Amino acid sequence: MAILVDTETRLVVSGITGREGTFHSLRNRDYGTNVVAGVTPGKGGQDVDGIPVFNTVHEAVERTGANTAMVFVPPRFAADSILEAEDAGIGLIITITEGIPAHDELRVYSHLKRGTSRLVGPNCPGILSPGKANVGIIPAQFFKEGNVGLVSRSGTLTYQIGNELAQRGFGNSTIVGIGGDPVPGSSFIDMIEQFEADPQTELIVICGEIGGSAEEEAAGYIAANVSKPVLAYIAGFTAPPGKTMGHAGAIVSGSKGTAAAKAEALEAKGVRVGRNPTQVSELAVEVLGTRV
Amino acid sequence: MDLLEYQGKQLFAKHGVPVPDGRPATTVPEAVEAAEELDYPVVIKAQVQIGGRGKAGGIKLAKGRAEAQEHATAILGMDIRGFTVQQLYVERASEIDEEYYAAVVFDRSAKKPMAMLSRMGGMDVEEVAETDPEAMRMLHVDPLLGLQDFHGRRLAFESGIAQDVVRPVGAMLAKLYDLFVREDATLVEVNPLLVTKGREVVALDAKVTVDDNALFRHPDVAEMRDLSAEDLQERMAKERGLTYVKLDGNVGILGNGAGLVMSTLDVVAQAGGRPANFLDAGGGSKAEAITSAVEVILSDDKVNAVLFNIFGGITRCDEVARGLIEAFEQIKPDVPFVVRLDGTNDKEGRALLAEANLSNVHTEATMLGAAEKVVELAGAAA
Repeated sequence: MAILVDTETRLVVSGITGREGTFHSLRNRDYGTNVVAGVTPGKGGQDVDGIPVFNTVHEAVERTGANTAMVFVPPRFAADSILEAEDAGIGLIITITEGIPAHDELRVYSHLKRGTSRLVGPNCPGILSPGKANVGIIPAQFFKEGNVGLVSRSGTLTYQIGNELAQRGFGNSTIVGIGGDPVPGSSFIDMIEQFEADPQTELIVICGEIGGSAEEEAAGYIAANVSKPVLAYIAGFTAPPGKTMGHAGAIVSGSKGTAAAKAEALEAKGVRVGRNPTQVSELAVEVLGTRV
Repeated sequence: MDLLEYQGKQLFAKHGVPVPDGRPATTVPEAVEAAEELDYPVVIKAQVQIGGRGKAGGIKLAKGRAEAQEHATAILGMDIRGFTVQQLYVERASEIDEEYYAAVVFDRSAKKPMAMLSRMGGMDVEEVAETDPEAMRMLHVDPLLGLQDFHGRRLAFESGIAQDVVRPVGAMLAKLYDLFVREDATLVEVNPLLVTKGREVVALDAKVTVDDNALFRHPDVAEMRDLSAEDLQERMAKERGLTYVKLDGNVGILGNGAGLVMSTLDVVAQAGGRPANFLDAGGGSKAEAITSAVEVILSDDKVNAVLFNIFGGITRCDEVARGLIEAFEQIKPDVPFVVRLDGTNDKEGRALLAEANLSNVHTEATMLGAAEKVVELAGAAA
């Protein structure tokens, strides 16, 4: 099993002919992901190392049966690419692009909510189901197949925690980056719901950070709906109020969105919170037993 | 990006939100000239990115030339909670009858804009929310439909504002929402929204935050950036394309990826240290980026030890090592460095560092070990 991306994934990449788009599309394909098409308006008919390029997502879907899209286009065009993928009937749209205007994200989010397409990201590292498929920029070499589902707002922090878990012998069902923007297409709750239903996943680890209230909302959801053990980590205890810490969404506003409040909310609902990435892996050993 | 009051009011005027007549000034003679032009009484207002200006003595009424001169002299250069006043706004004084509060904000948890109205203006909003939560009325707006007339009507009637101004207040809300969308704002706040003795409705203050990610489509707003509000390091970092936030400790921090850097700050604090900064060198950083990052970190005199915490995904550890070696050649730092390299090409990176044999560079295998080491070195150097 695993969630969202697997051997059934047929990927179309918007922005495949850009430098980053090409590099990561080919890396994803090397990993074993079925990259069936790319889209760059005006470059239809070309190919990227054998991957056919189309002018529109609609044409790519029609010709290749793509069912998942990865968006790699620059921020000012990204909202349009997401809406194009949705209009073409793509069910899962993974957006890596960082720096999309918040109002664009609001409109896209509100529109997608009315349909059935799922957006993951923007400003995220993508989704990796070890041994099955990698869509995005997660360095797959550090992860192996296993029973820990990991969902995070941050890229490199996910690698750090995933690596700590790997050193203790744990692998992952799926690793999902939901992204560091104020309007993520998918929330912790959306991903936890998927992991709860996934037979491969035996432990869920959520990795949050300052800003917003997604972690607090997840805490309530977990207490009411989740039977599997959940562990958490929160970054940003030392972040000063009013400063954006790298991610557009990572900001303590007044007294709202602090790491301490998030950790407290999770712990109040019985979710154990590691104080540093190493401690998360120690807690995983307590929950699942030693694997090495 | 937070705008100063007078910049916010420029946007208000552009979108038809009524504001009192006013002029910006950066010197005392300019302020006096503005006052003479506007005619007395005027209000001289400090322009700084922080609340509580009035209490700090940064807003004063002037009834004539002598007072305008006196207040402008006192306020320019004044320190308001850590911000030095470098800009004044001189405004025609208004006769206050009632003070309300209006805002359009971005509600992150609902993922929708939210319009707000209260009959209790002119004071701290969070205080009102606590003492009299019923006084603050809020309505979510569907971003695909926008603010409708009924939103304004409902807010106006439910907030209990005076009946004779329901219409103009509703109209102002519609204009504020229009500004919120068209200028890519994430916050538009009017506190107080004034009803004058003549029963006119005007925005007496303006607080506008514009989304940094959208500045590319608002070149006029991008030019309003208040460079004086940013410190030296933050400006240097911005010029070099790095994400930097200054903190008040002595341990310089560099990492790749916002989440990992935040986590690094926390781990250093847990080890008993005080981070001097947040610096995200970004994904896929090349050697030059690392070299200029070291430059930025060391330009803060308080830094007496530096921690590199790298987990290479796209970033290659050998590039980071090359950047650090280059920085040592160029800058010759006199503070100790602790370096933890893990992930892509970590062995190559560590080998490069070993070969370069830089004095005062310590390598550590783990994030926790590195944090403890740098705190120890920073303590010893202090």
